[in-house]
Amino acid sequence: MRKTLMTGLALCALSVGQLAIADNHISDKQIETAVKARKAHMQLYAFHLGTLGAMAKDEAPYDAEAAQSAADAIAALAGLPQSGYWLPGSDNGSFENTRALPAIWAEGSDVGKKAQEFSAAVMAMQTAAGSGVDGLKAAMGPLGGACSSCHKEYRQSDD
Amino acid sequence: MQLTRRLIVRLLIFGGLLCVLGLYLTRPQQLPADALADHTPDATHGAVVYAAMGCASCHMAPKSEDQTVLSGGRSFVTDFGTFYAPNISSDVDHGIGGWSDLDIANAIVEGTSPGGQHYFPVFPYGSYLRAELSDVADLIAHLRQLPADSTPNRGHDVSFPFNIRTSLGGWKLLFLRDDWIITDTLTPQQERGRELVEALGHCGECHTPRNMFGGMKWDAWLAGAPIPGSKGRTPDIRPEKLQWSAGDIVAYLKTGLTPEYDSAGGEMVEVIANTSQLPDSDLEAIAAYLLMPALN
Ligand code: HEC
Ligand code: HEC
Ligand code: HEC
Repeated sequence: MRKTLMTGLALCALSVGQLAIADNHISDKQIETAVKARKAHMQLYAFHLGTLGAMAKDEAPYDAEAAQSAADAIAALAGLPQSGYWLPGSDNGSFENTRALPAIWAEGSDVGKKAQEFSAAVMAMQTAAGSGVDGLKAAMGPLGGACSSCHKEYRQSDD
Repeated sequence: MQLTRRLIVRLLIFGGLLCVLGLYLTRPQQLPADALADHTPDATHGAVVYAAMGCASCHMAPKSEDQTVLSGGRSFVTDFGTFYAPNISSDVDHGIGGWSDLDIANAIVEGTSPGGQHYFPVFPYGSYLRAELSDVADLIAHLRQLPADSTPNRGHDVSFPFNIRTSLGGWKLLFLRDDWIITDTLTPQQERGRELVEALGHCGECHTPRNMFGGMKWDAWLAGAPIPGSKGRTPDIRPEKLQWSAGDIVAYLKTGLTPEYDSAGGEMVEVIANTSQLPDSDLEAIAAYLLMPALN
């Protein structure tokens, strides 16, 4: 299961890069839908991370089952095919409603590496989440850090 | 004829005197020679000061995450040109290993080089000047324990007239202020928060908008600002806008996660790499400061 997931994730990361090479004609309408979809994808990460975060911050009582299912949900999300909504040309240099930086698709982009590091942190959380609140707390930092590591390079700051 | 000649001569002398006066007033400032004399530096405390002041964010090699190697080279795109952080490792030839403690302190709190020149304000001495000298001395003791690195410095890419360091004296005179920004009566916790935000953590350098000369707009302290060289802005972090609890602020400075479980991006990620090393009491102090109604 874990192996399949890892392969899936690696493929996903690769496909983002692949798409950058293909240069099809993509309409503005397609881009608009794609941007909506990827933001929704990100919001789902935040939603499930919230379940884990509340327990890590002692705002909610630790519940092994709920923690495990939140971690599994993040892993499932991370394993979804995403290349369809990270379309080349859909960056914030060309469109208003996105904060995705052109660097994602630029020469030398390491977004695939960020995605792989992220999936490693997700898998660590999957192992830790159900096995006790201390493990959950310890896995929270690296997971949040993996989100930030990608946002640092590839998402425009805005208020 | 005679008269005009005399007038011109007088004007020239007067102009010259004005120039001399101007240069005198805007000369690079230096700490008194004994400024660090009556403090025994504590390198262990210096490590905490180092995290709070965030030297590594700017002086690490580009893309590096090793906060101990201060080899420099990172670029800073500004409206005035591109600056490159110098090597401040303990290397004697390429870093600052050969500098005296006073030299280093003068750089940090006065923005003055050992050769008596002004530094550009991308180096945030305009915030550091509010730091306690004992903290600076502890920091220097910590810096001396970090490894040497022989990466040579890269010259800045800044065009005339901004490349003239002498003119920075006037800039400093006009746009720096050495008093606190929030001068209300504070609790000891808020006071510690003020020291961390206004001096050490130099939060205002990014979160406060600047005028056309790059001077901070004091009446818009922490109101959020455009990020040079990009389309983005830093957020307004005054309490009315932020609407976070103290716990939210502490958690963000520790993990990068917002109350909505978004995760921080941009340059704030580097700041959090530093604040996450601070003791909880310091993060709580920053929160106490950021929640003060006086900021609005
Ligand atoms: C591989 C890179 C990458 C990783 C990993 C990543 N993100 Fe993102 N995230 C982005 C990009 C790029 C955007 C900007 C998308 C846009 O505006 O089109 C974004 C946007 C967001 C947004 C804002 C969405 C909106 O509605 O505007 C949230 C919330 C978010 N991410 C949360 C997370 C969380 C939580 C994690 C970790 C669990 C995470 N992200 C991991 C790249 C990443
Ligand atoms: C190098 C520039 C820089 C410095 C220095 C800096 N910040 Fe930030 N800060 C940012 C940026 C950019 C963001 C937006 C982050 C993002 O894109 O998610 C931000 C975001 C924040 C936020 C989140 C606000 C929100 O609405 O999401 C808080 C709180 C904050 N900073 C506090 C601080 C504090 C406290 C300090 C000083 C210890 C500080 N910052 C220093 C650049 C900076
Ligand atoms: C926001 C980025 C930034 C931060 C944070 C920063 N510096 Fe710098 N620093 C610079 C830049 C850019 C210069 C070059 C200034 C110039 O040439 O005028 C510089 C110059 C220096 C110099 C002079 C080096 C030389 O060769 O002349 C020293 C010493 C120094 N910094 C030490 C520090 C220390 C110690 C800290 C932490 C307390 C620190 N800096 C934090 C950007 C930064």
